[in-house]
Amino acid sequence: MKNIDAHSHVRGESVYLDDIPLLQGTLFACVFDSPIAHGLLKSIHLEEALATEGVVKIILAKDLIGENQIGGIIPDEPLLADGHVHFYGMPIALVLAESDEAARAAVKKIKVEIEPLEVITDPRIAFAKNELIIPPKRFQLGDVATAFANCAHVFEGRADINGQEHLYIETQGAYALPMESGGLKIYSSTQGPTAVQRAVAKVTGLPMHRIEVEVGRLGGGFGGKEDQANAWAALCAVGAQLTKRPVKYSLQRPEDMRMTGKRHPYAADYKIGLDKDLKIVAYEAVFYQNAGAAADLSPAVLERTLFHCTNAYFVPNVNATAYSCRTNLPPNTAFRGFGGPQGMFVMECTIAHAAEQLGVKPALIQSKNLLKTGDEFPYGQLAESEAESSWAQAEQQFDFEKLRRDADDFNAKNQFRKRGLAIMPICFGISFTKTLMNQARALVHVYTDGSVAVSTGAVEMGQGVNTKILQVAAQVFSIPPEQVKVHTTNTLRIANTSPSAASATADLNGKATLMACEAILERLKKVATEELFPEADSATLFADIHLKNGLVFYKNQPTTLTWQALVSAAFAKRINLSEHAHYATPGVHFDWATAKGHPFAYHVYGTAAVGVTVDCRRGTYEIDFVKTVHDFGKSMNDAVDLGQIEGGIVQGIGWLTMEEVVYDAEGKLRSNALSTYKIPDIYAVPKTIEVAPLQTLRDNLAIFNSKAVGEPPLMYGIGAYFAIREAVKAFNGEASPAFDAPFTAEKVLMNLHQLQTEYAS
Amino acid sequence: MIQFLLNNEIIQTELPPGMTVLDFVRYRKSLTGTKCGCREGDCGACTVLIGTPEGEELRYRSMTSCLTPLGNVQGKHVVTVEGINPLQDKVLTPVQQAMVDASGTQCGFCTVGFVMSLTGFSIQKTEADFEQAIAAIDGNICRCTGYKSIERAAQALTDLLQSREEHTALDFAIAQKIVPEYFATIPARLKALSQTQAAPADGKAQFVGGGTDLYVQRHEDMVYASAQHLFDDAHLHGIREVEGFIEVGAAATVTDLWESPLMQDLFPDLRKHLKLVSSTPIRNMATLAGNLVNASPIGDLTVWLLALDARIVLANGQKRELPLRDLYLGYKSLDKTADEVLETIRFRKPAGEYHFNFEKVCKRTHLDIASVNAAIFLQTQDDHITEAHAAIGGVAAIPLYLKKTAAFLKGKALPKTADLNDPLLAEACAILQSEISPISDVRGSADYKRLLARQLFLAHFEHITQQV
Repeated sequence: MKNIDAHSHVRGESVYLDDIPLLQGTLFACVFDSPIAHGLLKSIHLEEALATEGVVKIILAKDLIGENQIGGIIPDEPLLADGHVHFYGMPIALVLAESDEAARAAVKKIKVEIEPLEVITDPRIAFAKNELIIPPKRFQLGDVATAFANCAHVFEGRADINGQEHLYIETQGAYALPMESGGLKIYSSTQGPTAVQRAVAKVTGLPMHRIEVEVGRLGGGFGGKEDQANAWAALCAVGAQLTKRPVKYSLQRPEDMRMTGKRHPYAADYKIGLDKDLKIVAYEAVFYQNAGAAADLSPAVLERTLFHCTNAYFVPNVNATAYSCRTNLPPNTAFRGFGGPQGMFVMECTIAHAAEQLGVKPALIQSKNLLKTGDEFPYGQLAESEAESSWAQAEQQFDFEKLRRDADDFNAKNQFRKRGLAIMPICFGISFTKTLMNQARALVHVYTDGSVAVSTGAVEMGQGVNTKILQVAAQVFSIPPEQVKVHTTNTLRIANTSPSAASATADLNGKATLMACEAILERLKKVATEELFPEADSATLFADIHLKNGLVFYKNQPTTLTWQALVSAAFAKRINLSEHAHYATPGVHFDWATAKGHPFAYHVYGTAAVGVTVDCRRGTYEIDFVKTVHDFGKSMNDAVDLGQIEGGIVQGIGWLTMEEVVYDAEGKLRSNALSTYKIPDIYAVPKTIEVAPLQTLRDNLAIFNSKAVGEPPLMYGIGAYFAIREAVKAFNGEASPAFDAPFTAEKVLMNLHQLQTEYAS
Repeated sequence: MIQFLLNNEIIQTELPPGMTVLDFVRYRKSLTGTKCGCREGDCGACTVLIGTPEGEELRYRSMTSCLTPLGNVQGKHVVTVEGINPLQDKVLTPVQQAMVDASGTQCGFCTVGFVMSLTGFSIQKTEADFEQAIAAIDGNICRCTGYKSIERAAQALTDLLQSREEHTALDFAIAQKIVPEYFATIPARLKALSQTQAAPADGKAQFVGGGTDLYVQRHEDMVYASAQHLFDDAHLHGIREVEGFIEVGAAATVTDLWESPLMQDLFPDLRKHLKLVSSTPIRNMATLAGNLVNASPIGDLTVWLLALDARIVLANGQKRELPLRDLYLGYKSLDKTADEVLETIRFRKPAGEYHFNFEKVCKRTHLDIASVNAAIFLQTQDDHITEAHAAIGGVAAIPLYLKKTAAFLKGKALPKTADLNDPLLAEACAILQSEISPISDVRGSADYKRLLARQLFLAHFEHITQQV
């Protein structure tokens, strides 16, 4: 089944935040943000801005009725700067005007005096100054010290990995409407309607039940709107509360880029020990997360770095420590993979380092250390592993040996073009690692005409979750998809939602939908029995009733009772045609006191081969192919899942190749527009992406056994980094490129060639 | 007053000619299918089709509405997605259907841009092959799909178009309901509209070409700025040969160069070079004059033309001609007064045995600004260089004509390799290094740019020796 929104998308009729027709009297908001990354806010001059024609009000921190606080995990993030500015782009004032134009003109007239303080952008420096967001987190398995002492080979090094701009094509935004008696209705482009509701409640001082958050759909999120949609909604809410007029703010791209956080950059130190058979015996890693100026989701991201620090490998002795370091960058936030990719990247660096020193291909070390079922992760959960099976299938199906031979032959024949090949296995845990978030609710109404409405806490942002939820309802009732409508996400219909994140949205909300539909179905089947066999003892006949293609069947034979007639009959009998169901993932738990538990409902595995060609004259590269065997479980929607995999791979490749977030030493974002921050275009993507399903029918906790697919494929992109590295080394045998992602064209060229020293700066 | 056709409706508006088409259609006409993603022509979410009368027909090109001022659509046909949507809600055009069938849409925000670009491709007169279909969407960025599904949609559409045989592209498109029937009535209806607009009277007008740089830098100021729109000024168009020179009207777009048989003939690698310059919609809008006078040290066409030792004609009542290399005085500083219009670019028509090459490297190969770009022209006779011109961008405050390097090469034997061990090339590279002064910025460190300058210089000779 195709994405249910595709039809309105291609006609341009899907409604995004900036497309909502405005109510009369709507004011337009624009933020004045800090021009300095760290300092004391001495004074602010609004006179000239206030005199701008059309300006209605300018709001500062002191004007807030509620708390000046939007921190989700830790209350360390003011909505508007109050005395201090902590990052370049930090909101200081909110201008409200009769037009967008006037608001923007007024912002340019605001003047501030800021006494500069020291700016920190490097997490290692922040660590040295003890600027930590939370106390360090640590995973331990086995006995690392003893293990290292007995290793045949030990290697140490460091790795650096840069951030990534989400670059959802729809920028952040919100529209707040004052409702009667002081309540608020908020339209928000958010992955977390409840997070928005909480933030709005805090800054306005209203109880949550007075705040309705409505989310139609997002023009992309990727984690960037999980927590960071809150500020814009909170600002509009405050504006609406103080002016009693609707307030809208749709950010322009440069505002969005400089004011919002990104994927976390990390620095890491690693040490790996192998035995003579290349089995990894011990692994030690220290991660320095660049959290930015406030906690945001950084503590949770930090944890997931640890959860995935050994990727798809079994390592019996692990000591991994992670520090969340406070710097003067915008608070970094969730981004597809949520810290996991950084942890996995460092592990792959470690293996590449060892392989280089030992004169073997990384694939040899990788393949010898894949997780087996029953192996223990550093956090205590036992693997139900598909690592070896996905590797084996990929090796056979894509013929790794031939891929290797092709690259070697090509390299022997070409002087200035070199190919590189990397194999990238992945293992990604599915569930929110904060156990309490693994719950969801669905509200299902069957109307008297037989049409069905479903509301859940899931937010549609292109990942196709609403399509899957619709499939669940249509399948349970066995009615055509056209008879089911999945509605917007709204906090009045579904309360206390978890954000659409962690790849778990379809699982959680799909299961809740399944439960709601099954409860209604149960009642309808009872009615059907009474309708078909009014005289009989319905309880005994019930088991033989089922619904199929809009008809009631008895003992697998069609009856005359249609879906619609059944619904009418149920209504006439005063049977409840609605259900609100609650699902909580069973069996997940985690205890940070021991750093052990069973945090994930299941893991997703896969293995990809990535091939690249480097132009060694110019330092540019092309991605020739990504071929992957991916663990879908049993996909409930091939088209949607393939789209997630292809898109995830390309996003991952972008992160590790051309996407370079550049802050200068003053903490000012230099890659602050699409002209300076480049994501893959149609010419930059792999020439071939081949996706084969892993053949496995093992039972799992996914909806209809269809495993989560949102985040895991991004990590195949890590292979591109190591494939480029191999091609560089094929040209320049002397090169040992630092583990410093992304592998931009600049780094490639600088590793291929030497600039004569007389010209070097 | 500005008059044009928006979809099937005549627009006559007194709104400022500096307002963008994007703001007009979205916020004045509530046609919200056209999305705003970046306002700098780099994402393509706001792509519309603009039909310009050419003889009795219209020529439709994709353009980013965020950079297109209303002043540039006077007397034209502007098409948004609402203008191609079939009237019945349930029906899709073949382009839309191909995107749905291939699952080429996920979050949907970029989708309309792709639909418009592919629709534009469908009504182009040029050959409808897969490569052209992809080129048509090279200015559209998608963050969700990874493009593979969109490639499959483009393939399906290409297959359909290849069945058009003897039909004209537009007739076929109308017959297949790729565009609605009213498209056939547009040329006649446009004739009733004024094709020209009065220039501002104050004499201080800012000249506006395609808007692809000006509207990136200053779109808010430009709305109400006094502006003279030169994009459609007939005097500034045309590419012709005049007495041994090639003369290019300054408002010629990059696409005009691309399509010029004369230019293709002289520069066999022309399309390879121009494919490295921005994207299809931007090439449809960007004028040569804009590239030259915005004085970017990294202008692609500037470097390209410097290596042809081009000259320019400036006019403000009086005309004067000067070498392009003398236009640049310092960073963003020109030997040109505010009232001088760049009218013509001219360069000696290459003849006999000559080599021309253009190189460009950036973070992303396409639709990106170069870290370094470079061009070279060598006239040769009996394996000797009789004339040499070279230029390079991104390594100085101005787009740099490599005077010393070019002078050194003149009279030398044409190198047979592209190897730095070749003494001639080694010396030339040393001279090149002495001429450049790169700084570190978001496009790369100074050392990288020096290394890249050397490598691209060697790449020129790789190209030339392969040709020989």
